[in-house]
Amino acid sequence: MIRFESVTKEYPDGTVAVDDLSLTAPSGKITVFVGPSGCGKTTSLRMINRMIEPTSGRIWIDDRDHSTAAPAELRRGIGYVIQHAGLFPHRTIIDNVATVPMLLGQSRREARVKALELLERVGLPASFAKRYPAQLSGGQQQRVGVARALAADPPVMLMDEPFSAVDPVVREQLQNEFLRLQSEIGKTIVFVTHDIDEAIKLGDQVAVLRVGGRLAQMATPAELLSNPVDDFVAGFVGRDRGYRALGFEMVHGLQLDPEAAISIGTAVSGAAAVARDGWVLVVDDQQSPQGWLALNDDVTRAAQQITPALLHRGGTVSSINGTFRSVLDAALSSPTGRGVIVDEHGRLAGTITAANVVRLLEQQPAAHVARS
Amino acid sequence: MKVADPVASSSPWHFWAYFNAHLHQDLTWLWDHVWLSALPVAVGLVIALPLGWLAHRYRWIYPPMLSIAGLLYTIPSIALFVLVPPIFGLKALDPLQVPIALSVYSVALLVRVVADGLASVPDDVVQAATAMGFGPFTRLVKVELPIAVPVISAGLRVATVSNVSMVAIAGTIGLSNLGQLFTTGFQLSSPTAYYPPIVLGIVLCVALALAFDLTIVLANRFLTPWRRAVQGR
Repeated sequence: MIRFESVTKEYPDGTVAVDDLSLTAPSGKITVFVGPSGCGKTTSLRMINRMIEPTSGRIWIDDRDHSTAAPAELRRGIGYVIQHAGLFPHRTIIDNVATVPMLLGQSRREARVKALELLERVGLPASFAKRYPAQLSGGQQQRVGVARALAADPPVMLMDEPFSAVDPVVREQLQNEFLRLQSEIGKTIVFVTHDIDEAIKLGDQVAVLRVGGRLAQMATPAELLSNPVDDFVAGFVGRDRGYRALGFEMVHGLQLDPEAAISIGTAVSGAAAVARDGWVLVVDDQQSPQGWLALNDDVTRAAQQITPALLHRGGTVSSINGTFRSVLDAALSSPTGRGVIVDEHGRLAGTITAANVVRLLEQQPAAHVARS
Repeated sequence: MKVADPVASSSPWHFWAYFNAHLHQDLTWLWDHVWLSALPVAVGLVIALPLGWLAHRYRWIYPPMLSIAGLLYTIPSIALFVLVPPIFGLKALDPLQVPIALSVYSVALLVRVVADGLASVPDDVVQAATAMGFGPFTRLVKVELPIAVPVISAGLRVATVSNVSMVAIAGTIGLSNLGQLFTTGFQLSSPTAYYPPIVLGIVLCVALALAFDLTIVLANRFLTPWRRAVQGR
């Protein structure tokens, strides 16, 4: 647990970076600091490991006033990941990861064994061990950064915009892997970002800070979306709040329409018999949906066999155990208006229209609105 | 009044014969030239490291320190050679006269190089090192200096090569080194020009400078395998 107790940081020129901040980042959870630039989120983060000293107030780490520990000692017990990873360019990947254990007095051999395990854990092959950071892509470097922060198995991790410098596809990948990793290791994490979508995706709780370093709201992501405390938070959280809040509502009792499907590779002539409204859903051998086939299409009519190239792939597919957002999106993105739903094994379960999703949503006890 | 000499031809291309004929003397001068050029760079680096660190750590020191270094470098070398003995309480033509003077130049050159080398270390790397629990000294030795090696070794190359040429100037005031070959050449050039010792001096100075340069380049390569790994991609 990390507790800020009336923490203020004022610079000699009178700039107040953090103003009377009090909050608790609970153990084993991800607490996200989010806000526009100049809101003091990074300053707050760096005060935790004493990279910056507070002007007043205290920070407690598990009931210990952190100012009672020597800075270097304190920092060895706190993992730290930054934008661009900040890897040591002159050390191999494995020695980068082994850094903190070696600072703590472990032998090189011991530290390297542990480092190899960690590389695997963050999804990097062992063959990367002897490479240098500049030989890796940005996303790979960031994984090494995470492995390095975890090497000494610190209970606390500080992450300062760790995924901001990579492209959106890699970012999403890293975020998902980070969530999976956290579900295994359960660290107490403070995560800084300027990206509200990232905050909502990753945070168990989100602290929205405003310029001048004042806490505007501290809440779970769902609450932040459904019940922002003021115009600043509402504006910062952004548009489509109602729709995005559906991303936190799990569907129950979904009534699916049966959907006849045809296998890929079979003759086009067989499709007419199962089609509805001129479209037929195509699945593979595992009954996994591949896309929609339009019958009244010149290309389809000219083809003999159903091939992947013939299929319309615009529609998204949702799990039957998904959120309202993913189910509704499947319906809205389908060219037929019929959202494709799969079971937990990825096999076709049926389809549902947007109208039916909304009807089900209205029958819910207005959970996402009533929570406040 | 030609001086009796086995190398009778005054053609510039007879420097090698001249070298063989005065082998012992030439090798002594060469060896003196080697250590007179190298030692000041080593001493200069040892002094420049803490000064450069200060200039990097406290940025307000950087401009005045560089101005002083620049001023030191503008003192003509011959004047500095002459000034060193009285200032340091040495006899004239003391063997330490040259290394002390050239150390001053080396420090002047290398302070900037060390400060710039430390500044070349990416900020996020320094920050990450601090956050991982390196103390300031360990961080300097294990993270910042190794990364600054390419910049520092570039500066060492300049300092060493310029020392090789400045040591030769000290030869003209009578100190033992390859500069003596030029003095000898001038003395033998009366009444007609006699080139072999002069050309030999130039050839040996250039060869020595190249040898030093190569040594530093190789040392740099050895110390920075991480840079090769990237270039080889």
